[in-house]
Amino acid sequence: MTSKKPRILFIQNLVIQFTLRGRVLTAIRDISLDLYKGESLAIVGESGSGKSVLMKSIMGLLDKNGSIKQGRIIYQAQDLGQFTTEQEWLRVRGKEIAMVTQDPMTSLNPLKTIGKQIEECVVLHQGLKGKEAYEETLKLLKDVGIHDVKKRYKQYPHEFSGGMRQRIVIAIAIACKPNILICDEPTTALDVTIQAQILQLLKNLQHKYGLTIVYITHDLGVVAKVADRIAVMYAGDVIEVGETHEIFFNSKHPYTWALISSLPQLGSKGEQLYSIKGTPPNLFQEIKGDAFAPRNQYALKIDFLERPPFFQVSDTHYARTWLLDPLAPKVEPPAALQAFFAEGRQYASD
Amino acid sequence: MLVTEQEVLIEVKNLTVDFGKGKNKFTAIDHVSFHIFKGETFGLVGESGSGKTTIGRAIMRINEVTEGQILYHGKNIHGKIPKDWDREITQKIQMIFQDPMASLNERAKVDYIISEGLYPSKKYKDEAERQEKVHNALLNVGLLPEFSNRFPHEFSGGQRQRIGIARALVMEPEFIIADEPISALDVSIRAQVLNLLANLQQQNHLTFLFIAHDLSIVRFITDRTAVIYKGKIVELAETEQLFTHPLHPYTRALLSAVPEPNPYKEREKVVEVYDPSQHHYDQSPPSFVEIEDGHFILANEEELAIYRTLLKREVNE
Repeated sequence: MTSKKPRILFIQNLVIQFTLRGRVLTAIRDISLDLYKGESLAIVGESGSGKSVLMKSIMGLLDKNGSIKQGRIIYQAQDLGQFTTEQEWLRVRGKEIAMVTQDPMTSLNPLKTIGKQIEECVVLHQGLKGKEAYEETLKLLKDVGIHDVKKRYKQYPHEFSGGMRQRIVIAIAIACKPNILICDEPTTALDVTIQAQILQLLKNLQHKYGLTIVYITHDLGVVAKVADRIAVMYAGDVIEVGETHEIFFNSKHPYTWALISSLPQLGSKGEQLYSIKGTPPNLFQEIKGDAFAPRNQYALKIDFLERPPFFQVSDTHYARTWLLDPLAPKVEPPAALQAFFAEGRQYASD
Repeated sequence: MLVTEQEVLIEVKNLTVDFGKGKNKFTAIDHVSFHIFKGETFGLVGESGSGKTTIGRAIMRINEVTEGQILYHGKNIHGKIPKDWDREITQKIQMIFQDPMASLNERAKVDYIISEGLYPSKKYKDEAERQEKVHNALLNVGLLPEFSNRFPHEFSGGQRQRIGIARALVMEPEFIIADEPISALDVSIRAQVLNLLANLQQQNHLTFLFIAHDLSIVRFITDRTAVIYKGKIVELAETEQLFTHPLHPYTRALLSAVPEPNPYKEREKVVEVYDPSQHHYDQSPPSFVEIEDGHFILANEEELAIYRTLLKREVNE
């Protein structure tokens, strides 16, 4: 995949397995993905599609029963997948790659003032001490849009609202001056008005610090707002990847179609909303062919037999579906979706 | 919705709900009035802490009412009421909860969970009829009758929510309060549950109070919508009217904050921020006024004049 931006991190043929009561679950099935410097990549998928596991593997936070069976995660010429000791991870985690989690309630320590919690990171990762660390903490608080910072420094997490708490979690994440920031559903627990503020804050910080941000989310509205590129995941595999407008208005994989079609914005009142039939596959079993095939009305015979390769749609847009094979019959997306695509292209030409 | 003569099912009059006493008193709902017609889906939207759930719970009679009345078929449902009436409302008004993980008894089988409401109401002749009712309720929500012998942990989130819906349906209700019924579900499952609710409404002539914070879903499913802010309804209108011509600054801010699935639109969009200090209510207090047919708004005289011109201009465009 070519791009003007240099790659900051890339994943090659990654397979992650978990052992649960003697059975083996394959959570990530042979994923390759590039992350470019300074971009916002959104990873979209249902719960259980492996998006969080993928990001945890980059942070070295996989549960004990999970391990990388195959593949590489290359960051600054080192393979993160080969790390075995906590010491190795500590050089990367926080300092190079930081994370903002979903629930600001559980990610802060209720017994420490928020100032101390941020300062902890400043001391540990930036090596500052005493007054310098204090000043740096105040600066970070200002950066994430908190007023009256000297008073706020001394307060405890319970004295903050949900949105403010998420700002503090973000302050802790950027305190380490990371290169990559992973945001795992950063606004799911927040109200829409607060959500808009937090997303704007992340955008501003990205600009200011030159961050590369990975968003993990299932909300396509949020994705439309923040992402430069989108990777769609299904059953532990990336099935389509491309620039945001390509995924929204020119997607090729039937699962991406289904995901967009089930948005209430595409439904018309009084009619049935599109819904995906069936359930995601059981990852304890080996998956043959395209994992989405059993739920896919457009599935071809080969979808059940062989895993589709990535077909190139454009320089930046790739999709794993046999429908793009030159031999495949021509298939048009559902009518409502075509109208949505057309509307999008209209915007693009304006 | 275009029927001219509509029967009012629920009428909320001047409802006030306080929590705590004296110094710690907190007014969650502040003199709210609205009504819900029979057969419609009424949406209630607002941020967390706005009081939308408290209204639902007050109608459900989980929360005490401090002041005002809630009328069901024109009759009061709070305070001292006859036993028969009490029993009837208990059966006719049902609730679907937000979190299907927390709202089902982990130690009970599905069979018991669904028939828990049936036992005291004695709405069945014998054991066979009770089982039949449970089976029908399960079939109605797209689950198999065999599932009645299982425990909640054996089901996925979407299936659990269906069990929650079956539990409400088995009582043969007229009115269902759905408190964020799909917020905890995955995108693809959401569509399934929304469709199910819409189908059930048609089949059983149900009336819904739909409490949500996701405005795209509210727009899709509701007929009329009320926007609530800090315990007060600030705007109420037919859903399409509210989404196309929002008047109150809070409604506008709320609508502008919802991200749309269109990257081009999103890039250009300016999110409006609501500043409550823009109102000058200490000199001229606001009232809840019908500004046009079926469109209510909380405003004082000065603001009303502005909204009227705004509305006229938008209609002319």
